[in-house]
Amino acid sequence: MSELIRLEKLTRYFDMGRGKRVHAVDGVSFSIAEGETLGLVGESGSGKSTLGKTLLGLYDKTAGSVIYKGEELPAHYRPKDFLRMANVMQMIFQDPYASLNPRMTVGEIIAEGLRLKPDIQAGDVRARVTAALERVGLHAAHASRYPHEFSGGQRQRIGIARALIMEPEFVVCDEPISALDASVQAQVVNLLNDLKTSMGLTMLFIAHDLSMVRYISDRMAVMYLGSVMEIGKAADVYFQPRHPYTQILIASNPEPDPGREKQRLSTPIQGEIPSPVNVPPGCRFAGRCPKVMPVCREKTPELLPLVNEDRLVACHLYTDAVS
Amino acid sequence: MTALLEVSNLHVEFDTYGGIVKALRGVDFSVESGQTLAIVGESGSGKSVAMQSVTGLIPMPPGRITAGSAKLRGKEFLGQRKLDGKTICGDEIGMIFQDAMSSLNPTMCIGDQIAETLEVHRGYSRSKAFSRAIELLDLVRIPEAARRAKQYPFEFSGGMLQRVMIATAIACKPSLLIADEPTTALDVTIQAQILDLLQSLQKETGMAIVLITHDLSVVARMADRVAVMYAGQIVESGSVEDIFYRSAHPYTLGLKLAMPSHSGGEDHRLRPIPGSPPDMFSPPAGCAYCERCDRAMRVCQSDNPPIFTLDEGHLSRCWQQHPQHTGASEGLYKKATAHIDEVQA
Repeated sequence: MSELIRLEKLTRYFDMGRGKRVHAVDGVSFSIAEGETLGLVGESGSGKSTLGKTLLGLYDKTAGSVIYKGEELPAHYRPKDFLRMANVMQMIFQDPYASLNPRMTVGEIIAEGLRLKPDIQAGDVRARVTAALERVGLHAAHASRYPHEFSGGQRQRIGIARALIMEPEFVVCDEPISALDASVQAQVVNLLNDLKTSMGLTMLFIAHDLSMVRYISDRMAVMYLGSVMEIGKAADVYFQPRHPYTQILIASNPEPDPGREKQRLSTPIQGEIPSPVNVPPGCRFAGRCPKVMPVCREKTPELLPLVNEDRLVACHLYTDAVS
Repeated sequence: MTALLEVSNLHVEFDTYGGIVKALRGVDFSVESGQTLAIVGESGSGKSVAMQSVTGLIPMPPGRITAGSAKLRGKEFLGQRKLDGKTICGDEIGMIFQDAMSSLNPTMCIGDQIAETLEVHRGYSRSKAFSRAIELLDLVRIPEAARRAKQYPFEFSGGMLQRVMIATAIACKPSLLIADEPTTALDVTIQAQILDLLQSLQKETGMAIVLITHDLSVVARMADRVAVMYAGQIVESGSVEDIFYRSAHPYTLGLKLAMPSHSGGEDHRLRPIPGSPPDMFSPPAGCAYCERCDRAMRVCQSDNPPIFTLDEGHLSRCWQQHPQHTGASEGLYKKATAHIDEVQA
């Protein structure tokens, strides 16, 4: 598999005035191969969504770069950059209630992106919208209705149809299933999986539901306070987490099995994710880490590969073990 | 032994511009002291309405309790504010909600909000109530309780606010705590902390908990007994082991198959439940789940199934459990587990 997109030290800060700076995304590097799904997990405030939006150019990059098929994308998108990149990269949003304009019909919502494609005839638009609706399991007749007439799961399908009508190569899914009920989540996950196969999509799948991310992703990255802590094959990261933070995250995730839950030990972590304003030096997780060492408070660990394992971990515990 | 709370045959309707919504259509459940009952269901299944109508929190009108009874220690209280001189809501029953931020007053400091409960229900003086509020904040493991009591909700994180809600709810030592999706808005690490806190408070005080949630993993972690709701009715109820290991109702099975497996090995493809829940303006004459059910029979379309008892305390509302249905009861357990094995294989 060849590499489709690569982030190099991608950074996004938000200045809050008075010398305060939010380190939302801080020097994140990884790559996604063609046809791959990379799952991105982390607590709220860890910078997952900001990473997705900076990656797409919806936010300007403070530093670092995004390399798409060998071409470095601009740090600040001009209108013509958006015009061009909308044809290759798209986003599916979290809240299917807030992300659809209530005053536009579903057909207008889905067709809106097609205006960026100058070679499409007006008569062709309707056929494309119908095809897009059918691809996500809705009907052609739905095009003339308004978003309020649909359930949450159906709205999320509309959001998916809107993204996919542009025939993108790369899609960022920002918590696409968090707002949906369990029985409907599975419908949307299966749909995304099918579309990934039939359209050859590459995906960045952002979510906080660890079990679902493990299920849908090929590889999984764990973020904490703007940095990637661990990245590797989804099953490896989920079943044999190496970074203390990943271990705690996985251990906090309840399972639908009362027998196993009865044996579960009490909460392995106290405290909460600290504020990302003016982050102190050293490992970001040091303040909550049960295995913290003096070096953790001084030196920021780098994301390095483990020996004999197909994964990267940013932790001083493994500094001796790195290749 | 009489149950602490016993609700039977509860029917609730709401008048809306679109017509009458039949939110609850005959709901029965009971909780005993020291026990946790989880009510599981999708949005719109009526799980919150069930508890809110018991505590008198649904606005009437447009809401209307058309039938049913609710007994606390054997005494009827549905529709009343007080029972034996104690206010039901606040004194006997404490309640916490999903969105702690919007449930608290942004212009009052945290300590005063907890103290208010004690002033109203127990007639404490302001200063006595405030010092008790600090003790309560300590009890729900908020560090530096005395300083934090003087802060305002915006200075607290979501997890901390949920602890404040719990402190307010248990201020009057209620015999029952209703937790309506207490951790839905929280991260898994914080969720684990809150669930731990609820469990240890329950051990200390012996209160009963009714946990309303849509998350089966949270149910597995917390519940002693489970009631699965669908379209305003409880479709299956039983011990947590009954529901997870011996699920009988096709809806419960469907929910389980729609989740990814938590053990290693090859993944089965998720089996979503097709379609969506029925329109509650005109609930179907037969079984409400019939349209989405892969085992629907002709009788399911025309008649709503009664409740069948499968085992001591394990009830299911499905025609498959009718004694005359081939392979009823025990056979269905086997079929049900075989069904899961086949999918996971």
